[in-house]
Amino acid sequence: MNSLAEFFSFADPNIRYVVLGSVLLTASSAIVGTFTFLNKRSLIGDAIAHAVLPGICLGFIVAGTKNPLVLIVGAFITGWLSLIVVEYINRKTRIKEDTAIGLVLSVFFGIGILMLTVIQKSGNASQSGLDHFLFGKAAALVGSDLFAFLIVALILLVVVYVLFKEFALMAFDKAYAKSIGYPVRALELILTSLIVLAVVIGIQAVGVVLMAAILITPAAAARFWTDKIVVMVLLASAFGAFSGLTGAYISFVAPAMPTGPWIVIVISMIAFISFFLAPKRGVVYRLIRQNNIRQTINNENVLKVLYQLGEENKNFFIHRHLDEIIRRRKYEKSTLQSILRRLLNQGYVEQTGNLWSLTEEGKNKAQRVVKIHRLWELYLTTYMKIAPDHVHEDAETIEHLLTPELEAELEKQLGYAKLDPHQTKIPYQHE
Amino acid sequence: MNDFYIILTASLVASSCALLGCFLILRRMAMVGDAISHAVLPGIVLAFLFSGSRDSVTMLIGAGLIGVFTTFLIEFFHKKARLQTDAAIGVTFTWLFAVGVVLISIFAGKVDLDQDCVLYGEIAYVPLDVIISPAGANLGPKAIYVMGFVLTVIIIFIVTGYKELFLTTFDPAYASAIGISTSLWHYLLMSAVSVTTVSSFESVGAILVVALLIAPAATAYLLTDNFKWMLALACTAGVLASLTGYYFAVWLDGSIAGAIAAMSGIIFGLAMVFSPTHGLFFKKLRQVAH
Amino acid sequence: MAPETNVPALEVHDLTVAFDRKPVLWNIDLVIPQGKIVGIVGPNGAGKSTLIKSIMGLLPLSSGYTKLFDQSLNDVRNKISYVPQRESVDWDFPASVMDVVLMGRYSRLGLFKRPRKADRDVALDCLRKVGMEAFANRQISQLSGGQQQRTFLARALAQQADVYFMDEPFAGVDAATEKTIITLLRTMAQSGKTVIVVHHDLQSVTNYFDWVIMLNTRLIASGPTAETFTQENLQETYGGKLTLLADVGDLIRRENFPQREKRI
Repeated sequence: MNSLAEFFSFADPNIRYVVLGSVLLTASSAIVGTFTFLNKRSLIGDAIAHAVLPGICLGFIVAGTKNPLVLIVGAFITGWLSLIVVEYINRKTRIKEDTAIGLVLSVFFGIGILMLTVIQKSGNASQSGLDHFLFGKAAALVGSDLFAFLIVALILLVVVYVLFKEFALMAFDKAYAKSIGYPVRALELILTSLIVLAVVIGIQAVGVVLMAAILITPAAAARFWTDKIVVMVLLASAFGAFSGLTGAYISFVAPAMPTGPWIVIVISMIAFISFFLAPKRGVVYRLIRQNNIRQTINNENVLKVLYQLGEENKNFFIHRHLDEIIRRRKYEKSTLQSILRRLLNQGYVEQTGNLWSLTEEGKNKAQRVVKIHRLWELYLTTYMKIAPDHVHEDAETIEHLLTPELEAELEKQLGYAKLDPHQTKIPYQHE
Repeated sequence: MNDFYIILTASLVASSCALLGCFLILRRMAMVGDAISHAVLPGIVLAFLFSGSRDSVTMLIGAGLIGVFTTFLIEFFHKKARLQTDAAIGVTFTWLFAVGVVLISIFAGKVDLDQDCVLYGEIAYVPLDVIISPAGANLGPKAIYVMGFVLTVIIIFIVTGYKELFLTTFDPAYASAIGISTSLWHYLLMSAVSVTTVSSFESVGAILVVALLIAPAATAYLLTDNFKWMLALACTAGVLASLTGYYFAVWLDGSIAGAIAAMSGIIFGLAMVFSPTHGLFFKKLRQVAH
Repeated sequence: MAPETNVPALEVHDLTVAFDRKPVLWNIDLVIPQGKIVGIVGPNGAGKSTLIKSIMGLLPLSSGYTKLFDQSLNDVRNKISYVPQRESVDWDFPASVMDVVLMGRYSRLGLFKRPRKADRDVALDCLRKVGMEAFANRQISQLSGGQQQRTFLARALAQQADVYFMDEPFAGVDAATEKTIITLLRTMAQSGKTVIVVHHDLQSVTNYFDWVIMLNTRLIASGPTAETFTQENLQETYGGKLTLLADVGDLIRRENFPQREKRI
C-alpha cells in the first residue's frame, strides 16, 4: 500500500498535475454531459468528439505549433460545423438524424486522420503530441495544460451555475420554455458551445472515441439514484471525478496502463453497478421487490384459505392440518411449510404440534383480503358489466394490492354492499 | 500492382459495408452499426490471444459474437434497465472499446495490434501480406481472399433472405403479424455487420468501417426510390470512394483510410446537392420553375 | 379450405393487456360471427388499436386468450390479415407500390422463395380492386394519404385471408378513397370475409358497420349495430372514465406488480 500513500500525498508535482487535470476534465464534462443526456442527445457528444480532430489539425497548420489557444479555436470551429451539418442534412434531406450523425462523425474524423497523417509526414518537429488527441494522454499532462483546463472548467461551471434553471427547463420541456419567452435558440447555442468546449479539453485526457463516455456515462449512472436534477448533476460530477482519480491512480501504479481507457472502465463500472443495484430503479432492486410481492401474495393466500375454512365451520380459530389447506389451494408441502413459518414469525398464525391456526391478527388480515376480493368482484360486475363467472381471476390480484385509501373508496362507491356477485357475504371489520 | 491490390481490398470492404449499410440506415440503426464497429475490439484482442494469429476463423467467430453481444447489451440496458436508447448505445460501445484498448496494453508483448491500427487501419500494408502457394507462387494478398469471402457470404445472405430483410425493415409490425420473426432477422443482420466489421478492421480500421457503412448507403438513398437500385448504387458509391480516396491519399501522402472516408463524404455531398430526384439544387430549380 | 360458417371468426376471453404493467385493457370478453363488418369505437386511449394488436399477437397478453375460427393464432395465421396504421411505417422507404403489395404474398411463399408471376397477377388484381392498378410501379414516397391507405389495403387483400384487422383505415383519407374502401369491405363481407376495423368517426358507424364493439379500457358493449350503438352505450363509452379503475391501474404499475399467470 506504499504506492497508495505515495500517490495520495501528491508530493510529486507530476502526480498533482495528472490527478488535478483528470479530475477537472471528468467532473466538468460530466456536468455538461448531464444536460446532453437529459436532452436525449447523448450521441451528439460522440459526433463532436470526432469532429474536432480536423479543427485541431487545422489550428496546428495555421499556427505551426501546438499553441493550445489556436488548437481550441480550430476545434471549436469544426466541432460547431459538424453540428450545423448534422442539422442541415436532417432538415433539408430525407436522411434521418441517426444516419446524419454517423455520417458526419465518420467523415469529419476521416478528414482529421488524413490531415494528421499529412502533418506527420511533413516532418514538422513540433507536431509530436497531436496524436494525443486520438487516444488521450492524461498521464503526460503538464502545468501549462492544467492552466488551460482550469480556465475552461471554470467557464463551464460558471455558465452552468448561472443558467441552471434555464437548462433544466429546456431539457424537461422545450416547447414550454419557448412559450414563456425563454430565448431557446440562444440557450441551445450556449449549451452546445459548452459541450464543444468540454469535448475539446476532454479528448486530451481520454481521446476521441472514449469522449462520449465521460460526457454521458456519469449522467446515465446518476439518473438511477435520483429524480432531482440538481442532485443528478452533483452525483454525475462526483462519479466523473472519482473515475478520473482512479484512472490516474491506476496508471501511476502501472505506468504501462493508459489512463483514458481506465477512466472509462471505472465510470462504466459505476454505471453498471447503478443500473443493477440502485434503489427503486435498479434491476436487482426491482427483482427483489417482485419477490417480496410474491411472498406477500403467498402469505395472504394461505391466510385466506384458513379464513374461508373458518367461514364454513363458523369458527376461525380451529387448528388445521397442512392437507386441509392443500385441498383448498394447491401447494408443494415444503412451500406451504415455509409460508406458514413466515406467517408464524409475523404473528399471524400459531402452531400446535403439526396443526396450524389463525391468530386474531391473522384473522383480521385475512378478512381484509377476502373483503377486497369480494368487493372487487362486485365492482367489476356492477361497473364494468363483466359476467360474475369471469371476475374471480382479476380479484385474485387486486386483493393483494389495494391501498387503504382505494379500499375505502371502493367500499364507498359500492355503498358498503352486503353481498358479492356470488351472493356470498362481504365481511367488514367492524362487524 | 500494389495500387490495384489496395483499391481492390478497399472496394471489397466498401461493397460489403454499403450493402449492410442500406438496411442499417433504413432501420434507423446507423449508430448501432457505429457502436458494433468499436465494440468488437476486445473480441479481436481476445481471439488474437487464444488463436495466436490474425486471420483465423476463431477471430471471425469470437469477434462476431461480441458484436451480437453488443446489440444484446444495448437492448438489455434499454429494456431492462430502462435507459434511453442513445445513452445505452454510448455507454456500451465506449466501455467495450476501453476494455479493448486496455487489453492491448496488458498483452502488448503478445498481441501484434496497436491503437492507431484500430482506428484507421493499415491498408497500405495489405499487399505485403501475401499467400504463397505450396509451389512458391505468389497468389496475391491474403486480405483480398478474406474480404472476397466475406462479400460473397453477405451477398448470399441478402439474396436468400431478401424478402424477409426487406419486410422486417419496412414494416416490422406487419412482418410479425404474418409470422416472420423480426428479432431473428435483426440478430442475423447484426451478426453480418459484426463479421464485416471484424474482417475489415485490420485493413481499414474502425472509423472507415463506420464511414463505409453509412455514407454510401446514405448517398444511394438520395439517388433512388428503388431498394434494389439503392443496394447497387451504394456499392458503386463505396467503390468510387475507394478509388478516388486512394489516389487522393497518394497525392497528399496521407492516410488512405482517412482519405476514403473523406471522399465518401464528398460523394454524399455531391448527391445531396445534385441528385436528380432528391437533390437540393434540382428541388430549388423546380421551386423557381413553379 | 373455407372455415365452417357456424364457428365464430373471433373469440376473445378475459383478455387483459398491460403497458409497463398498467392494464390498458381489462377483462375483454367478446365473440364475433363470420361475414360481418365490425367497427371498434371508443375515445382516444381506449385501447382500440391495442385490442387488435394483441389479437394479432403483436403485444404480450397479461391474461386471457383469443381464438380465431376456434383455433390459436399460429394455426390460422394464413387466414388472418392485418392492416397497420398508415403512419406506422416510413413512406420515404425506397419501394414501389408493387413491392408493398407483394409483401401480402410473403406468408404463402415461405422462406427463401421469391414471388412468381402468379403472385404478381394476384397483386395486380388486388390493386385493381382498390383502383390503384395504374400506380403499380409508382414509388410509395409519391403517394397521397388515400393512395397509401389503398396500397396497404391491397397488400392485405393479396394475402387472401378470411379475417382482416384494420387499424384506422379511414383516418386522413379523401372522400373518394373512403367510398372505395367501404364498397370493397361490403363486397368482402358478402363473400363471407370478416372485417374488423378501428374507427373514429361516430357519424358513419350505423352506415358502415353491421356489428360494433364499444370500448373504453373495458368492454362496454359488443353486438349488432342496430341494438348496440345506443345513446346509453355511447354515454358510457365516451362519458368520464372510471377513476377507481384508473387509480388501480396506476397502482399496479407503481408497485411493479407481477403479471398474472397466463391461462390457456
